Amino acid sequence: MSRRRIGAIFRKELREYRRNRSLVVGMAIIPLVFLAQPLVSVFALPASASAQLAHRHELLYLLAIPALAPGLMAAYSVVGERQQGTLEPVLTTPIRREELLLGKALAVFLPSLAVSYAVYALFLACTALFASPGVAPALIRVPDIVAQVIFTPLIAGWSIWLAIGISTRASEVRVAQQLSMLASLPSVAVTSLIAFDVIPASLRLAAALGVVLLILDRVGWRLTSAMFDRERLIVGTK
Amino acid sequence: MAFEDVSFELGYGEVFGFLGPNGAGKTTTVRTLGTLIAPTSGSATVAGVRLTPENGMEIRRRISIMPEAPGLYLRLSVLENLQCFADLYGVPDVRERIEQALRSVNLAERAHDLCGTLSKGLRQRVALARALLSDPEVLFLDEPTSGLDPLATRDVHELIAALGSGGVTIFLTTHRLEEAERLCDRVAILNTTLRTVGRPEDLRDRLFAKSLTVRTRAPLAEPGRIFGGLPAVESWSADGAAAYVVAVSDAGVAAPAVTRALVQAGADVLSIGESRHSLEDIYLELIDEDVEAGRRGR
Repeated sequence: MSRRRIGAIFRKELREYRRNRSLVVGMAIIPLVFLAQPLVSVFALPASASAQLAHRHELLYLLAIPALAPGLMAAYSVVGERQQGTLEPVLTTPIRREELLLGKALAVFLPSLAVSYAVYALFLACTALFASPGVAPALIRVPDIVAQVIFTPLIAGWSIWLAIGISTRASEVRVAQQLSMLASLPSVAVTSLIAFDVIPASLRLAAALGVVLLILDRVGWRLTSAMFDRERLIVGTK
Repeated sequence: MAFEDVSFELGYGEVFGFLGPNGAGKTTTVRTLGTLIAPTSGSATVAGVRLTPENGMEIRRRISIMPEAPGLYLRLSVLENLQCFADLYGVPDVRERIEQALRSVNLAERAHDLCGTLSKGLRQRVALARALLSDPEVLFLDEPTSGLDPLATRDVHELIAALGSGGVTIFLTTHRLEEAERLCDRVAILNTTLRTVGRPEDLRDRLFAKSLTVRTRAPLAEPGRIFGGLPAVESWSADGAAAYVVAVSDAGVAAPAVTRALVQAGADVLSIGESRHSLEDIYLELIDEDVEAGRRGR
């Protein structure tokens, strides 16, 4: 594995994403949608509701952001290059497919992480400043914040590998993005069910989910690399 | 099957033309030699390395391919495109090498332009600079002038000629025969199978009988008597009212004899010269043979 080659892909992807307005807008909309809903419901809570919040983990609902937002960009990464005709020149260089995919994944992972943490911070700040008295201390709990910090990269990683895997097999960017969104829904469902206390949150559950996600992230990279078929991507059939 | 029964060798520093009609398998050959497509059978050695799945990286390290479409990142500048590829090839002294590559394609002053703002011809030049970054042992150019206007085509031709004379081994696929004739030391003609390979002048000798073309002011009264029995003259035929094609075994011997015989016969000679068959004639002769064979096969 060459850090230089991974770095080259990473920097190139970041520059491309930064200058691709439609991707940036798409990437911005999802966090805003997922920020608006919980903020509205938190602002609507009266001070007397703080007791009922003991079993709710509103903050975890925001884990939908790392589940959905990176998928849009990651789904574009391979099929988008293929459609632009830029994939073939890259594949003629001495880059390994694992390096190419890792560079691409990192270029989605880091901005997704930054956006997710920024939205959490905004949510916490707004709740602390504008929610009714007593609501903020009831909602903002250290275990939730720790879970948020730990699970954000794990969930984002899984979504990214899913989307890149789909992107290596899809024939169009839009199809890849739609399928990636669909594939990310189970992660959203699980975090939402925990957030609304349908699945009770516990340390054991958190540890189990963390291990599962770690394994999925590792397997995702290997599996996606195995699915990456130079010949099929160049010729278009096989 | 994209191509079969293709066998050839390239010498170091040679500019080798790979000609064929659309669908003949030129691009597939380049992709196969460039390790992008696995061959179903056969063997090859590219830049001294055997073409096997395990050697893919080593081969890609030694060669460079400029695909038919430049495939540049249009939202990135020329410099950013080249920086990315310099890192992918592990090029040392990146800045120096990029400057050198840009200078060799006369694009040094456009380094900071976004590739999306460049004309098709300039993009092709950037793609050529990108292919030169790694100082490849073999440079594959797949239809480098496809879709370019005559001016841009001339520029690219000049660049390729300069590279060729600079000692770079070039494998050039094209269906533009004048391009191959102008740039290549040797050519191969492919039409799914390899039809022929050699220097254009050798191919001419192999495929066409040597001949002289004679033009006179008026038709000759007795051409058979004039051309018959002359040294190195094998046969003759009329090619219009006052033009004759004289088949010869040695033009250097036949031409003076034919000239003397015409003057002695009182003919007003307008021109006499060796018939020159272009690469296009060779190409068409071979492809027509294939078309004819196909017809007979049906």
